[in-house]
Amino acid sequence: MTALGGPDSPDPGGPVGLPGSRARRRGHDRGGAVRSTLVALVSTVVVFGILGYVAVNSPGWPAVQASFLDPDIFWSSLPGIASAFLTNVQLFLIAEALILALALVLAVARSSTSPVLFPVRLMATVYVDIFRALPGVLVIYILGFGIPGLNLPGVPTDPFLYAIVALTLIYSAYVSEVYRAGIASIHPSQAAAARSLGLSQAQALRHVVLPQAIRRVVPPLLNDFIGLQKDTVLVSYIGVVEIFRQSQIVESGTFNFTPYLATALVFLVVTIPLARFTDWLLGRQQDSSFAAGVKAGRARSGAGGTL
Amino acid sequence: MTAPALSVQGLWKSFGALDVLQGIDLEVAEHEVIALIGASGSGKSTLLRCINLLEPIDGGRIFIEGEEITARDVNVDRIRRRVGIVFQSFNLFPHMRVLDNVTLAPRKVAKLSRADAEAAAMKLLERFGLAEKAGQLPDRLSGGQQQRVAIVRALAMQPDLLLLDEVTSALDPELVAEVLNVIRELAAGGMTMLIATHEMGFARDIANRVCFLDAGRILEQGPPAQIFAEPREARTRQFLNRIVEAGRL
Repeated sequence: MTALGGPDSPDPGGPVGLPGSRARRRGHDRGGAVRSTLVALVSTVVVFGILGYVAVNSPGWPAVQASFLDPDIFWSSLPGIASAFLTNVQLFLIAEALILALALVLAVARSSTSPVLFPVRLMATVYVDIFRALPGVLVIYILGFGIPGLNLPGVPTDPFLYAIVALTLIYSAYVSEVYRAGIASIHPSQAAAARSLGLSQAQALRHVVLPQAIRRVVPPLLNDFIGLQKDTVLVSYIGVVEIFRQSQIVESGTFNFTPYLATALVFLVVTIPLARFTDWLLGRQQDSSFAAGVKAGRARSGAGGTL
Repeated sequence: MTAPALSVQGLWKSFGALDVLQGIDLEVAEHEVIALIGASGSGKSTLLRCINLLEPIDGGRIFIEGEEITARDVNVDRIRRRVGIVFQSFNLFPHMRVLDNVTLAPRKVAKLSRADAEAAAMKLLERFGLAEKAGQLPDRLSGGQQQRVAIVRALAMQPDLLLLDEVTSALDPELVAEVLNVIRELAAGGMTMLIATHEMGFARDIANRVCFLDAGRILEQGPPAQIFAEPREARTRQFLNRIVEAGRL
């Protein structure tokens, strides 16, 4: 299934229907596709044309244009903003690695069934409940100001460190639920088959259940990763100079909001491709599970059968 | 005298208020092939799953070659290595190639090296005409091929006892024979087997003994000739008549 089956595998379409019917159908499809593309294009131009017209002709437009769309400030602030974004990149890459690991531990703990592991299950559940309930900014504040504020000897004061810890705590609670849904989606007969061969429960989880579960939840994991990327700006509150803090600094020097627009553009450039990729992956997963069904049907009914 | 390959004594199993197995007694000698027949819900699958310890039992005892496997302190994973089971729905691991499906347990449980496990697996796959499928994922295979791989996967652990749970019920009719032929070959090779099946003709051919299950009990057992030709119990006759009416015997 999914990443492994895929389009590269040889699947001759098989003799479906009468000769020629396929070509005719394709021609019809193409006409329909051209028409829908045209309709979409025209409606897009009309809608955005109207929106643009309304914005540009609004009474406040000159003021907004001056404070948000100053090309000089845009170009002069962009290098600083782009380099501050490297801090965000560090934040979300390091945090994501920790999140994926910690969340997996939490999900496995919560999915355990043994009565001996009840305390583990309880702790994991309480953890997930707490960090899903708390607004992220509060966790960042409490950790970033509270723990260094204790003035304990040997306790680090670097806000970057607390930023990583806070983001990891918040997101691992969410991500563990994604993993857990994936684990629950694998039919119990898979674990039973593994156990029947003599694999221990841990081995069955490690070699049979988790590989399938994780593959299945890659798209929602990427979705949470996009959320994490955006939430890295929240740690500006505890003094990490990242992209948002940097644009605030420029803004306070120039009294102009254009740096925020530059920041927004940086996020769009980074996030949209990932969002497109996630959708593509999801679409491919759906296609391939459908195709696998068809293929299995064909294999069952001998080579090539009709659909 | 050596202990029987399998001995089930007074086995009782309930799912909630439903008593699925109500005191099963069964002894299986080494190299014996037993067919379990009976209507759906009569307890055939549950009996097999209990023998493989996939279901906790509520009463009775099960012995494999004289060793009680239902004792409290028994190592479940070690027992399962000696008892192979093949399921109606194949349950191959879809994310692994055929070869990896077969070698997983030998490598992780029996601790064979990858090379040794693969060499042994290839021998088995060749024996059952599946060698050229070794590198493929299960969903590229027909149902019959998948079920043969599942049998090979169970055999790779060299079990003393093989449990087959309606292994042809999910197959299209024209694919049943290839799986039954594999089982015939295993029987000829002396494998001790317990086969839950709806294929009455096959049960008659292959089994040394046929057990008719009804409402969680073995109502009647005997050689296939006797069970199919002159069943003693009215329930057995009824069941077999319905099978004949359906043209399945």
